[in-house]
Formats: sequence, C-alpha cells, structure tokens
Amino acid sequence: MLRSGVIAKKVGMTRLFMEDGKQIPVTVLQLDNLQVVAKRTAETDGYSAVQLGAGTAKAKRTSAPMRGVFAAAKVAPKRKLAEFRVDPANLIEVGEEITADHYFEGQFVDVSGTSIGKGFAGAMKRHNFGGLRASHGVSISHRSHGSTGQCQDPGRVFKGKKMAGHMGAARVTTQNLQVVRTDSDRGLIMVKGAVPGSKGGWVTIKDAVKKPFPENAILPAALKSAAEEAAKAAEEAAAAAAAEAEAEEKRLAEEQAAQEAAALKEAEAEIEAEKGSDEGSEEKKDGDE
Amino acid sequence: MDLIAELEAEQVASLGKDIPDFKAGDTVRVGYKVTEGTRTRVQNYEGVCISRKNGEGIAGSFTVRKISFGEGVERVFPLHATNIDSITVVRRGRVRRAKLYYLRTRRGKSARIAEDSNYKPRADKSGAEA
Repeated sequence: MLRSGVIAKKVGMTRLFMEDGKQIPVTVLQLDNLQVVAKRTAETDGYSAVQLGAGTAKAKRTSAPMRGVFAAAKVAPKRKLAEFRVDPANLIEVGEEITADHYFEGQFVDVSGTSIGKGFAGAMKRHNFGGLRASHGVSISHRSHGSTGQCQDPGRVFKGKKMAGHMGAARVTTQNLQVVRTDSDRGLIMVKGAVPGSKGGWVTIKDAVKKPFPENAILPAALKSAAEEAAKAAEEAAAAAAAEAEAEEKRLAEEQAAQEAAALKEAEAEIEAEKGSDEGSEEKKDGDE
Repeated sequence: MDLIAELEAEQVASLGKDIPDFKAGDTVRVGYKVTEGTRTRVQNYEGVCISRKNGEGIAGSFTVRKISFGEGVERVFPLHATNIDSITVVRRGRVRRAKLYYLRTRRGKSARIAEDSNYKPRADKSGAEA
C-alpha cells in the first residue's frame, strides 16, 4: 500500500529525555502548509502520484507558469514541490492539507534531502582513505591517495577510481529512522538521529521501504479536513450533550422556580395574614420615631 | 525565540528539575537512580564538580570527580537527566578556573580546594537558594 510521503523543513536537532532515563537525539522536522497541488493519474499521465507543495512563496516572485499551476489547484504559491508515487486508491484530492499525524510514534521512515556541500575534498575525507605515513621518507603528500593503478598494462586509470573531487550537495537518503514524537498542532515530526542537509533545508519523508508497511498507518493520508471534520463531529456531540445537560438544568431550574414561587406565594399569604393582625402596632412604632 | 529553543524550554519546564546553583569547584552530592532487576534505588555519588558544560539548557552537563579506593573516578551527568533524583551542594569551593582539569594530575594536599566562606548566591537564583 504505497501512500504519499510528506515534504518537511529541517528545523534542527535537540534531545529528548525519556522516563526510563534514556536520552534520544532527535531531528525536528516541520510541515509548513503542506498541500496537494496536483494529481497524476494513469489515464492522463500514465502513472499515479500526488504532487505536494510546502512553504509559502511570494506570488510576485513565482514564475507566471507556476502561478498558473497554483491557480489551477486553488492553493497559495508554494516554495517547494515534490511528487510522491502512490497507489491509485491512495490518491488525495487537490487542495487537501496533510498534518503531522501522517506518521505515528515508533514508525520507521526514510528521509531524503540534499547533503551539506563539502566542496573539493581529498581522498581521505571523501572516501575514508588512510593517507600516507607521517615519516619514513614521505614528504608533502601525507594526505594524498596512493597508487591509482597498475603499470604499462593496462596503462590507464580505471573508470570509477576513487579520487579527490567534489563532495556533498548531493541527494542522500537516510533509511529506517524512527519517529519519536509528532505534534500536529505545530506540524512537528521528531525522528531519532540525523537527517541529511542543513537547518532550514527541505527534506522528504516516506514510509520506510525496508520495513513492513505499518497496519495502523492512516490511508490515504492524515488530512486536515478529516481532522477538522472529526473535531467538528466531536464538538457537535459535545454541543448536543451540553444542550441536553442545559435542557435538564433548565427543567430542574424551572421546577425549582415553580417550587420557590409556590413557597413565596405561601409565605406572602402568611405575611399578609400576619400584617392584618400587626398593622396597629407597626403604626404605633412609626409614630414613636 | 526559535523553535528549537522553544521546544527545549518546554522540555526543561515539563521535566521540572530543581537544579541548585553550583559551579566548578563546588562539592556536590548527586542522587542517581539505579535499577537493579525490577526495583530502583538511589545511589549517592559525591565529589568535586570539575566542569559545567553547555549552560543551564537541556544540553547542559557537569562532571564530578572523586577519589574512590585510591583511584580517581569521573562521571559526567546530564543536568536534566531523568535518572538524577537530586543534586545537593555540600561545600562551596573558591577556584579561579571554569574547568578544573588540573586536578587530574594532582593528588592529596595539592588537590585541595579552599572553601568559599563568603559565597554570594547568584542574583537570579537567590530566591530559589534562600
């Protein structure tokens, strides 16, 4: 059951202290206005996928063709777009917003991102070569790679030989990271361990390919509209319960009021009766004052 | 405040640790929860704090050094570890360094630390200290 992944922004790393005394290093990833921008279906495109957009971009800094795409989807311009292949059954309607509840605590995910660029790096840093000796006649070339091949036969360096060169700034996937905590209010997903890329960089999160698909995963995705509907239903139920309670209270209050009114009437009648007898003495008192 | 600082502040608040005001040179007693099989008990570890690292935040830690059976032992505790039951300051020391790593090479008389007789609690901690 291939379902959609999410686009997230890497916020940074911190640690969580657990009740059992363990501390877990976590990377905080944030979902920022993650919405479905387009659908790819087998009929129109030959494959099924959802295109998600995240972040907010200024409309005037978005190219006119992209503005057209966002206008067609009726969503605000996005900073980052990514497509996720899904099963046809798990396609999501355009415009729906995905929440951080998409992943549950304990689930394993794969996180892809662009690694931090290291520039032109030597063989020791780039390929973990050992370098040359510190002494015994080695001069100037302590961090160089050694030989790159044989002699006159073959007389060339084989393709793919590990040598110095550009390192980093490439797409890297870290597999089987465990989700430690999610926070749907702020759109946060915390995964154990490090994630490729720098703070503020965009990463994509998918269900781990090397683990069995979790049974309690939300299909097709944890949507904000569904959450709102559930909240609304809960609210309505609460409101209905409240109304019932109120009606009950009202009834009780009315009963009480009726009782009180009856008591008051009785008391008044009593006072009235007493007044008739006491009138003379009261007048006398007034006169004294 | 950025999001990470916010999350860390929230966690510090939710852990609700009562951390006394102490610094390198102070002698502290750390009650550390030890689990043996199913039951847990508190083990006290007393020694000189020789370093405080990474401030008061969630990443803060401190190192306690003591001489155990003639052998120097150092333990590093995270300030907010859930395994720490209590931290009590036994003695205030007067030192002129933030990190007392020089104690590692010293033994006996030269490894002593003078007591800070007129210790003044830090202004922002004075309420908690008193």
